[in-house]
Amino acid sequence: MNTPISWIKAYVPDLDVDIQEFVDKMTLSGSHVENYEKKDKNLEKIVVGKIETMEQHPDADKLVVCQVNVGTENLQIVTGAKNVKVGDMIPLVLDGGKVAAAHGDDTEYPEGIKIKKGKLRGIESNGMMCGIEELGSSRDFYPEAPEDGVYVFPTDSDVKPGDDAVKALGLDDTVVEYEITSNRVDCFSMIGMAREVAATFNKPFYPPVVEVKANDKDVNDFIKVTVEDTDLCTRYCARVVENIKIGPSPKWMQDRLKAMGIRSINNLVDITNYIMEEYGQPMHAFDLDTIANREIIVKRAKDGETFTTLDGQERKLDSGVLMICDGEKEVAIAGIMGGENSMITDNVKTVLFEAACFDGTNTRLASKRIGLQTDSSFKFTKGLDPNNAIEAINRACQLVEEMGCGDVVGGVVDVYPNPVEPKVLPFEPERYNALLGTDISKEDMLEYFKRLDLVYNDADNTLIIPTFRQDLGCMADLAEEVARFYGYDNIPVSLPKGEATVGKKPFNQRVEDIAREICERNGFSGGMSYSFESPKVFDKLLLPEDAKEREAIVISNPLGEDFSIMRTVSLNGVLTSLATNYNRRNKVARLYEFGNIYLPKALPLTELPEEKMRLTMGMYGEGDFFTMKGVVEELFDKLGVVGIECEPTSEIPYLHPGRQAYLKKGKLDIGVIGQIHPEVGDNYNLKAEAYVAVLNMEVLTMLASFDRKYEGIAKFPASTRDLSMVMDKSMFVGQIAHVIQKNAGKILESCELFDVYEGEQVGEGKKSVAFSLIFRAKDRNLESAEVDKAVDKVLGALKEMGIELRA
Amino acid sequence: MKEKLEAIKAEALAKIESANDLDALNDIKVAVLGKKGELTAVLKSMKDVPAEERPMVGQMVNDARTAIEEKLEEKKTSIARLLRTEKMKRETIDVTLPGKKNLRGHRHPNQIALEDLERVFIGMGYEVVEGPEVEYDRYNFELLNIPANHPAKDEQDTFYINKEILLRTQTSPVQARIMEKGNLPIRILSAGRVFRSDEVDATHSPSFHQVEGLVVDKNITFADLKGTLEQFAKEFFGEKTKVKFRPHHFPFTEPSAEVDITCFKCGGKGCRMCKGSGWIEILGCGMVHPNVLEMCGIDSKEYQGFAFGIGLERVTLLKYEIDDMRLLYENDVRFLNQF
Repeated sequence: MNTPISWIKAYVPDLDVDIQEFVDKMTLSGSHVENYEKKDKNLEKIVVGKIETMEQHPDADKLVVCQVNVGTENLQIVTGAKNVKVGDMIPLVLDGGKVAAAHGDDTEYPEGIKIKKGKLRGIESNGMMCGIEELGSSRDFYPEAPEDGVYVFPTDSDVKPGDDAVKALGLDDTVVEYEITSNRVDCFSMIGMAREVAATFNKPFYPPVVEVKANDKDVNDFIKVTVEDTDLCTRYCARVVENIKIGPSPKWMQDRLKAMGIRSINNLVDITNYIMEEYGQPMHAFDLDTIANREIIVKRAKDGETFTTLDGQERKLDSGVLMICDGEKEVAIAGIMGGENSMITDNVKTVLFEAACFDGTNTRLASKRIGLQTDSSFKFTKGLDPNNAIEAINRACQLVEEMGCGDVVGGVVDVYPNPVEPKVLPFEPERYNALLGTDISKEDMLEYFKRLDLVYNDADNTLIIPTFRQDLGCMADLAEEVARFYGYDNIPVSLPKGEATVGKKPFNQRVEDIAREICERNGFSGGMSYSFESPKVFDKLLLPEDAKEREAIVISNPLGEDFSIMRTVSLNGVLTSLATNYNRRNKVARLYEFGNIYLPKALPLTELPEEKMRLTMGMYGEGDFFTMKGVVEELFDKLGVVGIECEPTSEIPYLHPGRQAYLKKGKLDIGVIGQIHPEVGDNYNLKAEAYVAVLNMEVLTMLASFDRKYEGIAKFPASTRDLSMVMDKSMFVGQIAHVIQKNAGKILESCELFDVYEGEQVGEGKKSVAFSLIFRAKDRNLESAEVDKAVDKVLGALKEMGIELRA
Repeated sequence: MKEKLEAIKAEALAKIESANDLDALNDIKVAVLGKKGELTAVLKSMKDVPAEERPMVGQMVNDARTAIEEKLEEKKTSIARLLRTEKMKRETIDVTLPGKKNLRGHRHPNQIALEDLERVFIGMGYEVVEGPEVEYDRYNFELLNIPANHPAKDEQDTFYINKEILLRTQTSPVQARIMEKGNLPIRILSAGRVFRSDEVDATHSPSFHQVEGLVVDKNITFADLKGTLEQFAKEFFGEKTKVKFRPHHFPFTEPSAEVDITCFKCGGKGCRMCKGSGWIEILGCGMVHPNVLEMCGIDSKEYQGFAFGIGLERVTLLKYEIDDMRLLYENDVRFLNQF
C-alpha cells in the first residue's frame, strides 16, 4: 500500500512531523514502512517563469534567447526548445538549482543534475527551461506535456511568475510505501491509513463528510438487482447517474491519482479509481443503456462458458466464478473485471455504479483459475467490510455532483440480506496487562481505543468494534492494540519465571553430532541437498523398473519435474555435488550429508510416510574402498557398536558389482558401502572413481551406547604369533578372521591382518594372507605350550577349509 | 713407586684431555685401567712392595684410578655433547616450509549457525525436539489458526502431496504436536527443513530451514518474550546488539512482532548490508494465539505462551556475509572449506 503524505494530510491536517519521524513511528505502531520516495528529491530552485520576449540567437540557428519573468526580475535564458512562445508559463530551474533527469537520456541520476548559469554560443543563459522528464515525471501523468520540449502550463492554470513550479505541478509530495499485513484489510485504503496515522500521532482525524443531493427520480425505476448467490455476494449497492458529461477530472484529483501512479483517464473512470484508493472499495461503472431489461442478477457462471472482459480477452469460466448478469447475458466477472459488452464509452449517457462485497476466498480462487488478477480482485481477496460499500458509492456520487459530471438519481438499490453488525467484546484491562507483562492504566487503554474508533460502553464495560476492524475478535487482539500504541519498545523486559526445565538434545542428535565429528576428522565436509528430486534419478542410479525405491511420494504442485518426488534414496544429492566438484576441477572432494528419505507406507499416501535419517558419505580423488570402510568402522567404534560385518554382495545396482557390501549387524541393516558403478558415474558426469557409504541412522541410534566400563590395563606379557597362508583368491579374508577368532580361544587378544599378496610366488588364482595373532591372559604369564595349542586349533580349522600355512 | 704412579696419572690425564673422540678415550681407558693397563700393572706389582707400605700405595693407586675415571667420564660427556651439537647442526631444517596438512572436513555453515543457536537456547533450558517434514495440513495450518481457504495458505505457497498431506511450510507444526501432548510447562526448540514453492535464486530456495521456539506456562508475558529474545540476540550476535520489536501479524500469535537487531556489520550506523537503515530483520514472534492454545487442548485462561521463528539460512548468510543462497546447496568444497 502506498500513500502520498499530501493525501493523508487531507484527513489529518494537523500532522506536522518530518518524514523520518513519520516513517519510524508508523513502523513502530504496526504500519511497516518499506520505503518512501520524495517526488521532489532532486528538484531545487525551480520556479514558474513567463516568457516575455524571444529573439533568434545571433550565432546559432537552433537556439533562441528569451527574457523570462520570474516575478522579481527578468532573466535571460537561451533555449533550443521549439514548442515555446512569448507569453508561455514554463518551469524554470535557476542558477544553482537541480533537476532529476536529463532531456532525451534514460540514465538515472540518483543525486540529480546541478544546473549552473553559463554561455551558449557566447550568449549568457541564467537557467534552464524544464521538460516534464527533467522534473522526474512523464507524459503518462502530464498528458498535456509535449512529446519533446519544455513543459508549458495550460493557459487556465492558476500560476504566476515566481511561483514554486514543483508545487504547482503537484510534485512536492512524498509517497510512503507500507507493508500491510493480511489481517488489516482496512489499511488498504487511504482513509484506513489516515486513521492509523491520526492514532499514531494522536491528531484529530477528519474522514470525508459524505452528502449526496441527487435528483427526485427513483433509482428503482432505472434498475432492479437480484442476488441469487448470497453466499458469494453479501452486499450489492447500485446507484444511477444520468446526463453524463465525460471530461477531464479536476487537477486535485489528477494529482492524487498521479501520486499513486494512476493515470487520469476521464472524470468517471477517475472517480471509480479514486474511490478504490480512498475507501479501499472497488467500484464498477456500467453503461446502463447496455444492460438488458435494466436488471442485474448476481449468480455463478456455468462450467465451460466464456466471457470477453473489457480488455478484449476471452476468459473461460466455471461454476465457481461469480458473474454479474443482466436480463440476457453476463456483463462482468464479479470483483475481477467488467465486460466489453457493458463498458463505458465516451458516448455514455447513463451510468450504473456498482459497489458490492464479494467473497474474498472465492474471488481469490476464481481470479487464480481464470488467470486474471486486477487491483479490484486484489482488494476483494482480502475480505472487505460490506458496510464500507454504501459509504463508498455515496462518496462517488458526491464527487459526481461536485465535479459536475452528471445528475445522480435519487435512492440507492441496496441488497444486503444479512447485515454485518459490530462485534462487542468485554473490556479486560487486567488480562491485557497480564498478557503483555505491563501495568498500563485503564484510562490510557481507553484513550488508545478511542483513537481507533472503538467505542467504550460504560454501562456493561464493553467495547464496540467497528466492522472495518474484522481482525479484532478476542482479548489478545485488543491487547495488541494496547501494545501498539503504548509502544512495543516501552514494554519492559523480563525472563520467564516458574518451573525450571532441563535443556537438552534428543539422543539421535547426539549420535549425529558424533558422526559429524568423525566425518570431518576424516576429511568429509558437510553438504546439504534438496529433499525432492527428479524421478529420473532412479534411472541414473540404474534401479530396475520394479525397484521398491521407485515407489516415491509425488508432489502435486512441484516447481518442475526436477523437484517433483520425495527422495527414497539419499545418494543423488551427494553424487550431484561430487560431480559439481569434479567438473569444477577440484582434485579431491569428500562430502557427507544428513537428510531424510521418505518411504510411503502405501501409495497414494493416506498417512504420513516414514522419514528415515540417512548419513550419506561420498568421495573421490584420494583413498579407496578401504578408506571409506575405515571411516565407517571408526564411527561404529566411537558409537560403541560392535560386530558390524561387511557382507559382500553384487545386488546393489548403483555400485560396482565387485566392490560393494551390505553393512550388517546380525539381521539389522546398517547400510551399504561401495564404489559407484562407472555407468552411474557417467550418468552424473563424474568420471573419477567415487566411493560412497550410506548409513541408516535410526538403526545406529538404536545400537549406539556411550556406556563404558574400565577393564584394567594388561599386566602380563603378550605372546605374538604370525600366520602366513595361501588360499584361493576368491576366498574372503573376513572368513579367515572369523575362523581364527572362533578357534583361538579366550587367550586371543587380537588378530590383525598385516599382509595380502597376489603374484607369481603364490601361483595363479591364489593369494597369500598374513595375520598377526596376539595372545595374552589377564591373570598370568602364558606358557608357550598353551599358545601353541591355541594356534594348532586354528591351523586345524583352517586346514579343514583347505588352507595351508605358507612354507 | 709414588713417582711412577704420579707419572702414570699425569700422563693419562693429559692424554684424556687431548683426546677428541670416544674411541681415543676408550683406548686410553684400556691402556691405563684395562687388564694389561699400566695402573693394573702397578697393582700387580704390589707383592714387591713392603707390607707396611702396601695400604698407602693401595690408597694411592685407588686415588689415581678414581681421578682418571672421573676425568674420563667428564671428557666423555663433553665429547658426547659436542657430537650431539654437531648432529643437531646437520639436522637444521627450513622452518619456513609449509606445515603438513591433514585432509580435514568442514562443517556446513548452516549447521554451525544452527548449533550456535541451539547452544544458546539449551542453556536457557530449552529441549530440542523434532517433527515430521511431510506433515498433515491439520498441524501445519488448521491447529495454527489458519483454516481452510485462509489467504495465509496462499502466501506460504505450499507444496501439497494431496488434500490432507503437504510438505511443512514452517516448523510451527511441531509446536502444535508438542502442545497437543499437553506436558506442561513447555520450553522447546525445534529446527528443521521447511518447504515453500519459491523459485531458486540468490535469496530464495524451495527448501530451507527454520528454528522455532515455544514456551508455554502460567504467567508467560510479552515482556518475557522480549527479554528472552534480547538475551538471545546478545549471546548470538554480540553483547552490544540492540533489539527492536515491530508490530506484525501472524495467524498463530497475537500480539505478534517482527524483530530487528542492530546491524552487526556497521553496529547500527547504516551500511550496504542493512541497506543503510542500521537494522536487520531476523525473526518473527509473538504470544501464542489463544485459539491455538485452545485447539491444542490447553486452557488459554490459565496458560499463556510465546513462540518465535528464525529463518536459519538468513542468519547464516548474514553471519558469514554469503551473498548467494545457492552456494549453500552446491556443496563446492572450496566454499565449504572456508568454515
